[in-house]
Amino acid sequence: MPQEKTVLRGVRPYGEDPVDIVVAAGVIAEIAAAGSGSGRIIEASGLIALPGFVDVHTHLREPGREDAETVETGSRAAALGGFTAVFAMANTSPVADTAGVVEQVWHLGKATGLVDVFPIGAVTVGLAGEQLAELGAMATSAAQVRMFSDDGKCVHDAAIMRRALEYVKAFDGVIAQHAQEPRLTVDAQMNEGVLSGQLGLTGWPGVAEESIIARDVLLAEHVDSRLHVCHVSTAGSVEVIRWAKSRGINVTAEVTPHHLLLTEDLVASYDPIYKVNPPLRASSDVAALRAALADGTIDAIATDHAPHPHEDKDCEWAAAAFGMLGLQTAFSVAVLTMIDSGLLDWRTLADRMSVRPARIGRALGHGHDLKVGAPANICVVDPGASWVVEPATLASKSRNSPYSGMTLPGKVMHVLKAGKPTVEEGDLAC
Amino acid sequence: MRHLLSAGDLDVDSACLILDTAAQLAAITDRSVKKLPTLRGRTVVNLFFEDSTRTRISFEIAAKRLSADVINFAAKGSSVSKGESLKDTALTLEAMGADAVVIRHGSSGAPHRLATAGWIQGSVVNAGDGTHEHPTQALLDAFTIRHHLRDNAGDLAGVRVAIVGDILHSRVARSNVLLLRTLGAHVTVVAPPTLLPYGVGEWSCAVSYDLDEVLPHVDAVMMLRVQSERMLAAYFPSVNEYGRRYGLDTRRMGLLPAHAIVLHPGPMNRGMEISADVADGERAVMVEQVSNGVSIRMAVLYLLLGGMTDDVKKET
Repeated sequence: MPQEKTVLRGVRPYGEDPVDIVVAAGVIAEIAAAGSGSGRIIEASGLIALPGFVDVHTHLREPGREDAETVETGSRAAALGGFTAVFAMANTSPVADTAGVVEQVWHLGKATGLVDVFPIGAVTVGLAGEQLAELGAMATSAAQVRMFSDDGKCVHDAAIMRRALEYVKAFDGVIAQHAQEPRLTVDAQMNEGVLSGQLGLTGWPGVAEESIIARDVLLAEHVDSRLHVCHVSTAGSVEVIRWAKSRGINVTAEVTPHHLLLTEDLVASYDPIYKVNPPLRASSDVAALRAALADGTIDAIATDHAPHPHEDKDCEWAAAAFGMLGLQTAFSVAVLTMIDSGLLDWRTLADRMSVRPARIGRALGHGHDLKVGAPANICVVDPGASWVVEPATLASKSRNSPYSGMTLPGKVMHVLKAGKPTVEEGDLAC
Repeated sequence: MRHLLSAGDLDVDSACLILDTAAQLAAITDRSVKKLPTLRGRTVVNLFFEDSTRTRISFEIAAKRLSADVINFAAKGSSVSKGESLKDTALTLEAMGADAVVIRHGSSGAPHRLATAGWIQGSVVNAGDGTHEHPTQALLDAFTIRHHLRDNAGDLAGVRVAIVGDILHSRVARSNVLLLRTLGAHVTVVAPPTLLPYGVGEWSCAVSYDLDEVLPHVDAVMMLRVQSERMLAAYFPSVNEYGRRYGLDTRRMGLLPAHAIVLHPGPMNRGMEISADVADGERAVMVEQVSNGVSIRMAVLYLLLGGMTDDVKKET
């Protein structure tokens, strides 16, 4: 029986010359001259093929907050955003600090099947920062956890952090740190600067992030382990990471789309849609983050997709929850901030949204170059299209997008996951 | 003007209009019958999420003297404490036909949210929000300063004012810096560095850590309440040390020019930021501040809801 083939006709890998990418049995079977491939044709002339995106930082909220998001709805948003793999943070209820919970999330991801869901395990029991969770059990579970994080909370105790970094070496794990010195950020509401003083909102100083990163890179060096820094938000953090990498310390870092685009000035509206942790920073920080992503000091774009039900944002600032949706807008924000500005080209964007994040999280089967034999996790985008963000039409269960009403460039048109279409013509494939 | 959310929303003309209107209304309230019919049939809601009996009573008297119907809505807690949310409270008040909502809230920006989130149609008056602003307090302070130093007319060009104490946590200080600057005054904020906001150097005022150095050069000094609990978070070492370095006592009164006045928004911590002698002295104008507060709040409600200055002119 002939094997079914899918042909991305006339597509431009990394924006280069048009070809036919022929997919069969879940892998790229052939890269042929445009128009020559045969099989099920997906017309893709003018479109750009990139390896499927990998997000090392999402909150899918299940189990526990299914009113905000589920693995299924989050997977839909992820697929529509061009992702083929997402890492689900551990701050669920119950916390993903046991093999049982991470396996549950992993199974839910499998059942939905739109993206590969890699559960992240908690570093400490209940995210309390006091006692290591059973990291080994999570690593050897069906979920094969390699990334561990107390995200939402910082592993602030230096001794616990040191032990966690050491312990995960046994199974090639990585600690993804939410860098926030808790004593410097009591009741913090927004970036500490002139504006926070004027608005009367308690400041979240950059030094609370930078001091933890500085400590952690030194710990990672000392114990020769692997550190990943979540949602880097300040120019000072970039400098610390740049210094650490120059010393050969095994550290990687991510930046969110919103920290690449939005600044603290938006907080003057007191609209909690702009409330996020770490907070939106100054335009000088945004410029430093873009430059760091361009030169590779920051390795990856990660969404920190954080769905919240409407009532948790439809209130006064202090009462509102921290967090923003990100999965369906990440690519377009990346185009706006990094491609349109000339800081990245398509190949380096693929490196930051697919290759490196897959490597950080050890996402097997993802982050491969588009070449014959590679797993067919492919995202096809229209670089010339633009669209208006309407939160109510996003696939997420929640609506807390800070980009509401904005016209964003670049559109995800088709996604293949292991050779099977998950997105066709910008809609979920049935 | 539809709302009064921040002293920064006022330009010099609108600020002077409020002060002048307050002066006219003050003349009326000196009469034996203290009522104007201006806001008859209008409903003013005092929505207080924080206890503040003085401010609430001041707004209540102001509204009643203008013949408005006044409803006091003391909402304990907020959505944080699982009570009724700000939004639901607002929708309730809207359904009941509130023409103006005077809001005191512990969360900075809550009045701004109330005015802009589309929950209500009426006017919103900020009666103090978190550590953000308290614009009617700044207006009554400006009114009091103008009365003493500028013969109750015009702006405050050239007047030198020191604001002393917990600037970091003070909504009174923020509103005063904005309004006094708009009116042309020169403001110096004085505090230990720990009690100054980050970035205060960018504010439209001078900054000093040394009260003794500032006092000889000001026409008015405004002492802010300092909570003694702040020392638990290391803002200062002890009540005694704070008082020694930043308290206004008799010796420091001697450093002030003879014409200078002393203001305090209340409630005072006697013996901490201000000594009893100074608080009870003849250059302290705290009692006037309270009565001026009623006139200012009448003027604000009047201009927001009535807006017909001719009425007042006829009555006076």
